[in-house]
Amino acid sequence: MEPRESAALVIGGGIAGIQAALDIADAGYKVYLVEREPSIGGRMAQLDKTFPTLDCSSCILTPKMVDVGRHSNIDLMTYSEVVSVTPPSRGEPSWSLSPSPEGGDEGGVFHVRVRKKPRYVDVDKCTGCGQCAAACRMKGRVISRFDEGIVKRSAIYVPFPQAVPLKYTVDPTACLYLTQGVCGKTFLCKDACPAGAIDFEQQEEFVDLEVGAIIVATGYDLIDPRTKPEFGYGVYPEVMTGIEFERLSSASGPTLGEIIVNGKKPKDVVFIKCVGSRDPHTGVPYCSRVCCMYTAKHAHLVRDNIPDARITVFYMDVRAFGKGYEEFYDRVKHERVIYRRGEPAEVYRRGDRLVVLAEDTLLGKPIEVEADLVVLATAVVPRTDVSEVAALLGLDRSPDGFFQEAHPKLRPVDTQVDGIFLAGCCQGPKDIPDTVAQAKAAASSAMGILARREKGRPA
Amino acid sequence: MEPQPRIGVYICHCGTNIAATVDVEQVAEFASHLPHVVVARHYMYMCSDPGQALITQDIKEQGLNRVVVASCSPTMHEPTFRGATREGGINPYFMQMANIREQCSWVHTDREGATEKAKSLVASAVAKAALLEPLEDREVGVTLGAVVIGGGVAGMVAALDVADAGFPVYLVEKSDHLGGRVADLNRVFPTLELVADLLEPLIERVQTHPNVTVFLNAHVVEVEGYVGNFEVTVGVGSREYGVGNGEDGLGQRPLPNRVGNGGGETSNLEPETHQLSVGSIIVATGYDVFDPHRKPELGYGQYPNVITSLEMERRLAAGDLTGFPKPVRSVAFIQCVGSRDAQVGNLYCSRVCCMYTAKQARLVRELLPEARVTVFFIDVRTFGKGAEEFYDEARAKEVRYRRGNVSEIYRRDGRVVLVAEDTLLGRPIEFEADLVVLAVGMEPRSDTAALSRLLKLPRSADGFFMECHPKLRPVDTVVDGVFLAGCCQGPKDIPDTVAQAKAAASSALIPLIRGTVPVESATAVVEPELCAGCGMCVDVCPYGAPALDPLWGVSRINAVLCKGCGACAVACPSKAIRMQHFTAEQILAQVDALVG
Amino acid sequence: MALKTEPMAEELELFGCIQCGKCTGGCPVARKTVLNIRSLIYQMLVEPEMDVSAHPELWDCTSCFTCVERCPKDVRPAELIIGLRGQLVESGRIPETIGAALMGIFRQGNPSGMAREDRAAWVNGTAVKAAQKGCETLYFVGCIPSYDPRVQVVPRALVKAFAAAGLDFGTLGTEESCCGNEVRRMGEAGLFEMLVEENSELIRGVGASRLVTTSPHCFNTFKNEYSLDGIEVLHYTQLIAELIEQGRLKFSHPPNLPERPSPPELGGTGGGRGKIIVTYHDPCFLGKQNHIFDEPRAILKAIPGVKLVEMDRNRERSLCCEGGGGRMWTEGTNLEERLAFQRVHEAAETGAEILAVACPFCLLTLEDAVKVQGLDDRLQVMDIMELVEMAIDDDE
Repeated sequence: MEPRESAALVIGGGIAGIQAALDIADAGYKVYLVEREPSIGGRMAQLDKTFPTLDCSSCILTPKMVDVGRHSNIDLMTYSEVVSVTPPSRGEPSWSLSPSPEGGDEGGVFHVRVRKKPRYVDVDKCTGCGQCAAACRMKGRVISRFDEGIVKRSAIYVPFPQAVPLKYTVDPTACLYLTQGVCGKTFLCKDACPAGAIDFEQQEEFVDLEVGAIIVATGYDLIDPRTKPEFGYGVYPEVMTGIEFERLSSASGPTLGEIIVNGKKPKDVVFIKCVGSRDPHTGVPYCSRVCCMYTAKHAHLVRDNIPDARITVFYMDVRAFGKGYEEFYDRVKHERVIYRRGEPAEVYRRGDRLVVLAEDTLLGKPIEVEADLVVLATAVVPRTDVSEVAALLGLDRSPDGFFQEAHPKLRPVDTQVDGIFLAGCCQGPKDIPDTVAQAKAAASSAMGILARREKGRPA
Repeated sequence: MEPQPRIGVYICHCGTNIAATVDVEQVAEFASHLPHVVVARHYMYMCSDPGQALITQDIKEQGLNRVVVASCSPTMHEPTFRGATREGGINPYFMQMANIREQCSWVHTDREGATEKAKSLVASAVAKAALLEPLEDREVGVTLGAVVIGGGVAGMVAALDVADAGFPVYLVEKSDHLGGRVADLNRVFPTLELVADLLEPLIERVQTHPNVTVFLNAHVVEVEGYVGNFEVTVGVGSREYGVGNGEDGLGQRPLPNRVGNGGGETSNLEPETHQLSVGSIIVATGYDVFDPHRKPELGYGQYPNVITSLEMERRLAAGDLTGFPKPVRSVAFIQCVGSRDAQVGNLYCSRVCCMYTAKQARLVRELLPEARVTVFFIDVRTFGKGAEEFYDEARAKEVRYRRGNVSEIYRRDGRVVLVAEDTLLGRPIEFEADLVVLAVGMEPRSDTAALSRLLKLPRSADGFFMECHPKLRPVDTVVDGVFLAGCCQGPKDIPDTVAQAKAAASSALIPLIRGTVPVESATAVVEPELCAGCGMCVDVCPYGAPALDPLWGVSRINAVLCKGCGACAVACPSKAIRMQHFTAEQILAQVDALVG
Repeated sequence: MALKTEPMAEELELFGCIQCGKCTGGCPVARKTVLNIRSLIYQMLVEPEMDVSAHPELWDCTSCFTCVERCPKDVRPAELIIGLRGQLVESGRIPETIGAALMGIFRQGNPSGMAREDRAAWVNGTAVKAAQKGCETLYFVGCIPSYDPRVQVVPRALVKAFAAAGLDFGTLGTEESCCGNEVRRMGEAGLFEMLVEENSELIRGVGASRLVTTSPHCFNTFKNEYSLDGIEVLHYTQLIAELIEQGRLKFSHPPNLPERPSPPELGGTGGGRGKIIVTYHDPCFLGKQNHIFDEPRAILKAIPGVKLVEMDRNRERSLCCEGGGGRMWTEGTNLEERLAFQRVHEAAETGAEILAVACPFCLLTLEDAVKVQGLDDRLQVMDIMELVEMAIDDDE
């Protein structure tokens, strides 16, 4: 199907960006999907299983990723960033309950400049065979961000095996040649590559685009657990974050799905929720919305993996609000996961184990629970570069730091810049169903503009 | 003469998902010796780009004309591998999958047995592949327009998005006004704006939009057709049949600042019928409120000072908390009435009550600064944007939160007494109040079953309409072309409703903007010379696809309605019906390969 | 004695508990004792062991099952109490009076330990068919109604009413043994199983299509805990209401009660016999647990000259009289405040002169409470059948 003239830009290739791009492209419009990592997939690709259905995250994500990769209407630009956006000349930005009926001039397009970062690999030649990574001098020495630092990789890498596109990339912060100017006598990667795809002369490229609508789907970060030093993250190896646990539990992860801590399976696992969230001390007064459910899921995964483990979840409230969520919570409790009400005060070491100190507010007394593994549900926070992106696009931010929607009740995806829409966690923490719905909502808004342009009506 | 089949077989490791249990190398080796197999490979992730490239390349270089991929379920990656096959230059229906993951490696632990089974499955797929025939991907045209059932916030937002994109929208609302449940509210959380300020502009846009036609006092009587080509019959004015009969159930006086009645085509006294041809349908029929009479121990209906949250909204709108047996000095809110409750059969959480209770509690504090306001809760679910901060503010304004699910209410000297345990004090309490507000939950509409039958929409265990996939397809339904928006799919607040309504609009717009919809190719075909015109196929088909041609006396199958289920082929006594892509020869060949 | 909590927590499926507190909140004895079932469940979940003997308040539970009826997660909290009592029974750490009651049931088939051969003495000369000879309706009398002189009027009245209605009924006579409802709730699972086995065989052997009981306790266990397939289990209020509706039981005159001033605002004349003002107390085992609220009221309304008034806490919120769960044989930990005292005051406040009951335990505990609280000049406790008997013709 030949794409129609009007095009949209989606910034961010996580599930939000992927869904928005697919909807717009399925309708027949051209979509530029810009993702700054080497592959699309975002956070969802890091997850093991998703609540409440316990679908394997990659299994439900990869078909959509593949769809994006082979969609004739989607121009996928990975390892790329948007560097400038010039909006069409319109009136003053408006805060209103409804989009302005007369939005701007008919020919209004955004002029966008995209920088394609050099992979130092020719994507037309690369087959994704992986010989380069096997040969790399830095093999086993570079911390893998996708695996949350649990695993080390080479300087030339794909983030995960089902990456789209499955093309290797040289990490410019880790490659010896790119950082130090020299890599032994010869480039081992080049020697190993049967396709001759590696090219250290590769330059960044700039691409100029004209689009009628932009969807921002840049996702989220997680708070640094060291902002809550009382939990011992970084000090005790047995303390990890929820996302690190996902990688540990994932069948395609660094331990092939075995939950191993200090070389053995933990017997006592403690989950601590609201780490950083609902907390004036960290500057995160809001609720991160997904942690109650993913903690229940993690508890289930532990029970699945270690049938006789003692599993405790500390909570203040259990926010199982979505479809099927309360029932999932019931199910997890029946799997002998003990929920104790009380926000732990600290974690400390005793002998070769850890101790979690809390008040059990239902018993009305302080308690100590021993643990071999402590998992912290860390707060969802805006990306570290959110203010730069906001400035780039002319977007406002809410008091919680995420991008501000045009109206909190009736316009959850519009921004005060006509033609720019929000999708997913960059607007605020949310789970996958709400993200997908919001992405489609943004797509709807974008399609409206593109359709009106086609018919020659004001966007 | 037809060319000999040249089959390429690809066994996927799927990381360790398959390879940990099935010896994929052995299976590939076994496959290479099967009849017509030219090449047999195994690879880590067949769905990845290089995996697909293997297929595409082999087709070109090895002259393959059939492909077998042994990997996960076709629901995962059939389109992927069909795409790779197409890219290789042959018809995509020459690709056959063998499910050696969900049907083999994931359900067995015995490596030897699983490997043997995988071999059988592959042999079976190869046998069928040899007999595959090309099919064309088809598309049909789309009637440009949509019907939105329900004129609440969800329906209006969905209608506007579709209309803004330039398509006609018919909004069918069963009551005499637009605005739905939100119109019954006073203020919304967390902004505390007046509902009228939100709804008025929205309703006005709907009423004045050139592409939107509103039918009030109307309901959908019949739906025929299929995605892209629906024929919807709407009945206006009569309350005889179909969906949307009956009262609103609340029967309260309207709010003083209530938004006006809708425009567009309004109700007449005479019932009339409209025939609408559209491409997409959006269901936005909303919810019912839990009837607290079903929890008789809470005294609703017995004590005038036990009221529901909706009744409280009206009171707050009027600024009037008088008229109760005693002057209101103590107000108690009870959460989770009718939700999270196995005793009434509603296991789910109604999602909005924690926030709306906090809202009402704050408003009561403002209205009656001397009143003591207490909320009895189990968990406080203030999860949305600005919600936790709103809850913080409520406590700062002296709304007291006590953790305990109230067991019963009785009367004492004109006041009511709540019998509960304060689980944080760890002892039972009897709490006196002048006014009790029950935070009643949401339930599926009482007419959901009727609409479900009309549109053939399944319902989830909780009784709300079922979406295609709870994570990745929250607005699509199993009926192509019918989408869900708002609380009819499950409880949610206004921002989530608006997002979902727009999401439904997006799904609805795709076929409208494209102008065509793809249609299942593997359908049933009648061989007219063999057909006796007995009509058994017409009787058994759940989709109404076959019809007897009155002129020729033979059955013709509507290829768009047909889902390829095969019931007609089984029923036909003359064996005149052929299931494309699942012919009798193909299936028998598969069986022979399995048991041979 | 230290009980390992996990096996029982698993067996009773306590893990679904969300600690909402509705159980303790609605528990009638939680207010007057330290019994806190929510806390006990929590302890079962979070502590590895529980010292069961440190909880004498376990014997305060009346088995009203309000907690079970209201739990939003279907946890059945009262079963934990029964389970923990079972532990105490096994170790022999039980109140003496409970032990005596259990022994009496074991030896003589009734908790008072009275001679089995005296079980049928209540008939007082009236000819009652032996069910073993075959009958349509098997009337299971029950222990207290058989032996307690105050309660014996009830089976006598029932027999009279059945005969007047032309019912083909019989009783098991001295072969009848305790139904075991209280036995199970006192924690003696072994004895209960034995009773179920023996009684089931006996009952099935009769070949009756219906089984009707005096006591809601017997009714409850036969209906919900025995497997008497093919036999319809009824409480007498259901049967009597049916007979009245079918016209087989007719009332000929108002009950013969002594003159008592009844307040004008309730239909009385302020002096002389006006309407008999009756209020009805829903027994926990009939109302709360089995949702039979309307039939007893229908009977009362059908009796000529009776005006039925309702207490505020009626039907699902009826205040437990503290007679069930073994409480007939143990005082519990709080001897001072009895719920029955509160209840009879509630009844008197309605202006009623008769507090009607449909359960032998309620009859005894509430009547005792009336006396102790000095209300016996204004309020009289009667079983529904006493009123019925007074209103039907005596010519059978």
